[in-house]
Amino acid sequence: MIQLRYAVGATAFALLLWQGVVWITGVPAFILPSPLRVAQAAIANRALIAENALVTATEVILGLMIGTVLGAITAVPLAGSARLHRVVMPLLIFTQAVPVFALAPILTLWLGYGVASKVVMAVLIIYFPVTSAFYDGLTRVPADILDMARTMGGTKGQIMRRIKIPHALPSLGTGLRLAAVYAPIGAVIGEWVGASKGLGYLMLLANGRAKTDLMFASLLALVVMTLLLHLAITKAADSLGRR
Amino acid sequence: MTPAPTIRLRGTYHIEGQQLFGPIDVTLPAGQWTCVLGRSGVGKSTLVRLCAGLPCTGEFDGQITASDGADLAERVSFMAQSDLLLPWLSVLENTVLGARLRGQAPDIQKAQGLLDRVGLSAHLHKKPSALSGGMRQRTALARTLMEDRPVALLDEPFGALDASLRADMQELAAEVLADKTVLLVTHDPAEAVRLGHQIIVLTPDAAEKWPTPPEMPIRDQYAVATISCQAGLLARLRQSP
Repeated sequence: MIQLRYAVGATAFALLLWQGVVWITGVPAFILPSPLRVAQAAIANRALIAENALVTATEVILGLMIGTVLGAITAVPLAGSARLHRVVMPLLIFTQAVPVFALAPILTLWLGYGVASKVVMAVLIIYFPVTSAFYDGLTRVPADILDMARTMGGTKGQIMRRIKIPHALPSLGTGLRLAAVYAPIGAVIGEWVGASKGLGYLMLLANGRAKTDLMFASLLALVVMTLLLHLAITKAADSLGRR
Repeated sequence: MTPAPTIRLRGTYHIEGQQLFGPIDVTLPAGQWTCVLGRSGVGKSTLVRLCAGLPCTGEFDGQITASDGADLAERVSFMAQSDLLLPWLSVLENTVLGARLRGQAPDIQKAQGLLDRVGLSAHLHKKPSALSGGMRQRTALARTLMEDRPVALLDEPFGALDASLRADMQELAAEVLADKTVLLVTHDPAEAVRLGHQIIVLTPDAAEKWPTPPEMPIRDQYAVATISCQAGLLARLRQSP
């Protein structure tokens, strides 16, 4: 509760500062609109923003779900076989060296202007952090516990299912918290490169028509969406860690 | 369960070319407690790992045999200083972990009976975080008993408990593991003298048998013979090596 009060206080302070800068400098609204003007634009265009936010939210959530499932099902076999890890991990790191932003035009070319290319962007951007965080959790089970499991005659599959995976869930939660912040970046970059809907598309459209207040309002919607997603995933991740 | 075998361990152990201990020749008599003492780093826990068939960092040149000729693997249960309870499982689920790990259906009734025997029947569904240190170690003991293996390997299982709890746990363990071949690694001469049918002092060169008082364990810790044996053992441990 105290944390929330601080957050509200800091946001109010930033808004006041912003409004103050606009008043004092008299900067034109198409360069920097005042927060008041952004709020007015947000209210006036609420249906437009909501429609596009829904598209971006769909891309982000689909990307998160697919990226998480892919990350998790990659991490489990990697953690189960040191040899597989030696072969696959360098490949994964190599793919991380390719900037995802540079892939956006190619993905749009291959998958079109629809939701698919943005979902793939979001998946690409979160896949590695999720895989890596879950893998770390799976391989950091205390050696004593694994020794005990071996003396009990535990099978490899059951040790994975009943010890390693439950032990790694808090680590997976950490990966998901990162993913919640990264996934919208992937979706919006995808929308910038080529889309007919979504908050990224709306921002570009507003910018091109010098409707800077609408651009800021769209950006605000994106920030709120990302924060809500982060909050929801943090709650889910905390419950994973508390079991 | 097969009857508890006598176990004989003969050999030398090296880590990166340096001899840790040996050559030693240790016999763990069937159905009795053998307590192993020695300085830190002399290889006491390595003995446990060797008997359990667990991977070790060094090389063991020798053999470990059971009197019935059968393989020791899957006939040993293991208890360590930390209770090794899985924090996301309840007391009951931790107790039946072995069956779950083997992909078998656990015998819940038997587990409940064992937990009753170690005084935890009122706490079956609690998570380890809701238990005291003593209750956690009793859960670990129930889990060991649940395995019903003829050989129990205990690596300082009571080391982290306070003195009175430790005495309670020693009595409980001696009672419930009475018919098993037990190897107990300990730092505490009092514990070894109380529980051991046989006491071994492990040094880099040998595994010395230490004479035990004439009465059978579990021994009276206030008896003169027990206290005098403890004192002698402590004096031996303080000598070098």
